[in-house]
Amino acid sequence: MEHYREPLNRHRTEEKEYQYINTNNSSCIDNLDLFVKIEENKIKDICFDGEACAISTSSTSIMIKNLIGKTIEEAQDYIENFEKMLNEEEYNEELLQEAIAYKEIYKQGNRKHCAFLPYEGIKKILNKNNN
Amino acid sequence: MNIEDFPMLKEDLIYLDNGATTLKPQCVIDKIKEYYETYSANAHRGDYDISFKVDMEYEKSRETVRNFINAPYKENIIFTSGTTESLNMIANGFFKNIIEQNDEILITKSEHASNVLPWFRLANECGAIMKYIPLESHHYVTLENVKKAVTPNTKIIALAGITNVIGDERPIKEITKFAHENDIFVVLDGAQSVPHRKTDVQDLDVDFLAFSAHKMCGPTGVGVLYGKKELLENIDPINLGGGMNESFDNPNEIYLKELPTRLEAGTPNIAGVIGFGEAIRYLEKIGMENIENYEKKLRKYAIDKLLTIPHLDIINIESDSGIIAFNVDNIFSQDVAYYLNKYKVCVRAGNHCAKILKKEVGVTNSLRVSLYFYNTESDIDALVELLENKEHIEREML
Repeated sequence: MEHYREPLNRHRTEEKEYQYINTNNSSCIDNLDLFVKIEENKIKDICFDGEACAISTSSTSIMIKNLIGKTIEEAQDYIENFEKMLNEEEYNEELLQEAIAYKEIYKQGNRKHCAFLPYEGIKKILNKNNN
Repeated sequence: MNIEDFPMLKEDLIYLDNGATTLKPQCVIDKIKEYYETYSANAHRGDYDISFKVDMEYEKSRETVRNFINAPYKENIIFTSGTTESLNMIANGFFKNIIEQNDEILITKSEHASNVLPWFRLANECGAIMKYIPLESHHYVTLENVKKAVTPNTKIIALAGITNVIGDERPIKEITKFAHENDIFVVLDGAQSVPHRKTDVQDLDVDFLAFSAHKMCGPTGVGVLYGKKELLENIDPINLGGGMNESFDNPNEIYLKELPTRLEAGTPNIAGVIGFGEAIRYLEKIGMENIENYEKKLRKYAIDKLLTIPHLDIINIESDSGIIAFNVDNIFSQDVAYYLNKYKVCVRAGNHCAKILKKEVGVTNSLRVSLYFYNTESDIDALVELLENKEHIEREML
């Protein structure tokens, strides 16, 4: 709930070092802009802005908190685990920390995508930087 | 009214998303089932009994539609997959051949995507110009504003009879009269109006009308394109194929059938069309005037109650239809919709396919309650009770 009311890093940036991606949910109205700063294979900073529901907003905030400081590979591993959790597969609970709050979300099929929305955007950026 | 006719309402469901689609009465479900179980053959054959019955039932639906909108001939009625396909056929099959550079197409900012994008494409392809009728303070369209927006270059006015977010009813008859005096075609998007109001195409005198079965108790995947006969004669069929050709031998010798079959290539949605006919006969039994009056009364009941909730912002208090768009202060519309869903109340959240409306209204998204005749005062009471306590919404929305 705090991550919804006062999400981390909710602001836009014009700085050149940040890579930008928009991620939106075709079946609903969530629409997020993500700004990611990667230096020497590490995620230095992420900020975001946009219109999104409580689940998407809080999920973005927790994702930002947990991904800053990670290498690209570590971040990809983290995202893979988060995705596995949403899909009810085996995952590393310790790695996900606060993000395990969404482990019951599969029960509300229509909200699963809300929780994963920010990860979808970040995944694309990380894949681009890993090539 | 008539709740007992709807199997979906046997559970404790409160369905308030009728602008999206409506529930189906048992008689429509039975009619479709009967086709699949007892005479499931193709149309346009007639070599054996059950196929002949298909043709009879299919054409009976056409006659039912004709009578329902008071079209003069059965050739005025083309079955399509829905409003979207009908509007695309009008733009692509008819207007593409006559619209020229700098011609103007007049719509409003509150049209549904289906009555915007086909015109955008037409404008792009023909070098025509999109113009918008300015809306009044309650986002209404008036004849005066239409007159202001019309120029000697205006060729088409395309409007919804009732819009899908604001729910305002447009003075189509007056607009059409003025348009025709100025040699302008009028296209009516009836998706939200035909299910709720008596529609008489000869009285309105519109050139084209499009509407969908599923928003009026009928099955999905069926709709109607009505057009004046001399205009339909000039629509290029987008689809060529079986059923619509008279004969063909080589690319230079293709002969097409007469209306309406010429515009219905391929095996049609037979079950859908037959079910649609039954849906219209069902609505006629209740009476379109009764439906309109009932919905107006229920809307007033709902508005009076919703206005007592201080943390609600209602976007269209003044509207004429069963559509109510609103927001709960500082809560994202989708979160409220999910909250209501927990209590089996179905409402829509979002921009409702009216993406160019945002700036006009100054609200990017909203909740939408849209009523039909089977909704009741107790549905409204349940909704109001759930919305009254803002803390409860915030606590329960996750």
